[in-house]
Amino acid sequence: MHAINYEAPKTVDEAVKLLAAHGEKARPLCGGTDLIIQMRAGVRRPEYVVDVKNIAEMKRISFDLQHGLRLGAAVPAIEISENADMRKYYPGLTEAAHLIGSLQIQSRASVGGNLCNGSPAADTTPALIALGAKCRVVGATGERLVPVEEFCTGPGATVLRPGELLVEFQIPSPARHASDAYLRFIPRNEMDIAVVGVGGALTLDLDDERCVEARIGLGAVGPTPIFAREASQALVGKKLDNAAIERAAQLAVAASSPIDDMRGTAEYRRHVVGVLTRRVLAKAAERARMSDQSR
Amino acid sequence: MTKKTVVETTINGEPTEFLCEPRQSLLECLRDVLELTGSKEGCLTGDCGACTVIVDGRATCSCLMLGPEAQGKSIQTVEGLATGSTLHVLQQKYLEHASLQCGICTPGFLMSSKALLDRNPNPTEAEIRYALAGNLCRCTGYDKIVRAVIDAAKTSGTARMGTGATTRGPSPAEMTQAFVKEGK
Repeated sequence: MHAINYEAPKTVDEAVKLLAAHGEKARPLCGGTDLIIQMRAGVRRPEYVVDVKNIAEMKRISFDLQHGLRLGAAVPAIEISENADMRKYYPGLTEAAHLIGSLQIQSRASVGGNLCNGSPAADTTPALIALGAKCRVVGATGERLVPVEEFCTGPGATVLRPGELLVEFQIPSPARHASDAYLRFIPRNEMDIAVVGVGGALTLDLDDERCVEARIGLGAVGPTPIFAREASQALVGKKLDNAAIERAAQLAVAASSPIDDMRGTAEYRRHVVGVLTRRVLAKAAERARMSDQSR
Repeated sequence: MTKKTVVETTINGEPTEFLCEPRQSLLECLRDVLELTGSKEGCLTGDCGACTVIVDGRATCSCLMLGPEAQGKSIQTVEGLATGSTLHVLQQKYLEHASLQCGICTPGFLMSSKALLDRNPNPTEAEIRYALAGNLCRCTGYDKIVRAVIDAAKTSGTARMGTGATTRGPSPAEMTQAFVKEGK
């Protein structure tokens, strides 16, 4: 690895000052499960590695039913799957975090890092899209909130400008009968990159059994993670029966644009998008019916 | 070349200080600086798990951690498993079940196994296989490793019940006696 300077700021302000001062020559370090590998391969060569894991704001999981969730960008995946609130209120995002790599990788890999690496196959991104997450980005000149489905602009590329830091995710509180789910298809049991990933979140009105809100996120089937907008909107106001789910699955397939690569053909991936969308919607609906997030 | 920094950690229960450049991974620091060569280098990409150590209670690939990140952390390596000449129950079971051949994956597997049993003393086979998914073995085909972990979990449970450490596990009569003795 090339020679690096290691900084460990304790606050967001300190971190942003460092990133602004060194611009393209600096890179934030969360779990290092992408960055350290890239540095060893010479793909990224930052002179300054800014370790953000000592910043309390970026390491916290802060939830209450009134305000929803503020998830620090540097929280390792393993802490998400061990958190009782995450498991209860956001089981889809939690199961996505629990699917990343191995336990060793999950002890380090963060949802923020997963997103900022910009892989279209990132596991947590479709789940974040389904939850309507907003990304709080802080820079020297101020902060902005970016909807997560707009964060990635191409393979490996994001909207982050030099000097900007993704600090946390803001995720709305689940409605009374709402829940989410994430499923991934890989050829092995663990340790694979998604061939297809689908995240879905549903809010149901149990009185008339209609879907009040729906969002579907797709991973690994396009140059960026995808918000399947039409598929999602096709469910709103509808009874969640087989016909509605089938229609949504078809629209999700239409929203995807996979390529042939060593993990699968485009044709196969389109088929799996349909399969996983049906299953994710069924799972999210079942969880939503059973949930009762009364305030 | 960048300035070296002093890193203060606890390794296998001992306060330990070492000097390193920021670009040196924890694995490099353990092996080359501290001469704790038990942890192995396999892939340097976090895929094989040969470098697995336990950091603050969690199994981690030491190849994907920079030396300075270890500041203030508590680290367990394979060198800390045995107590004097008494093997850790996992080491004993790996030997009994022939869970190693070349042995290069073994330190990593032992640490992943220990991290699992420390948190979940009674895992199912599925939980064991999931917990060990980040460790690759080219020699054994994994089956004997899984059996060793199952056996170690059973045996450790026995030891905690006070029947004494045996390598074969208690008979039903011994288990009843233990329950009676401890008034359960």
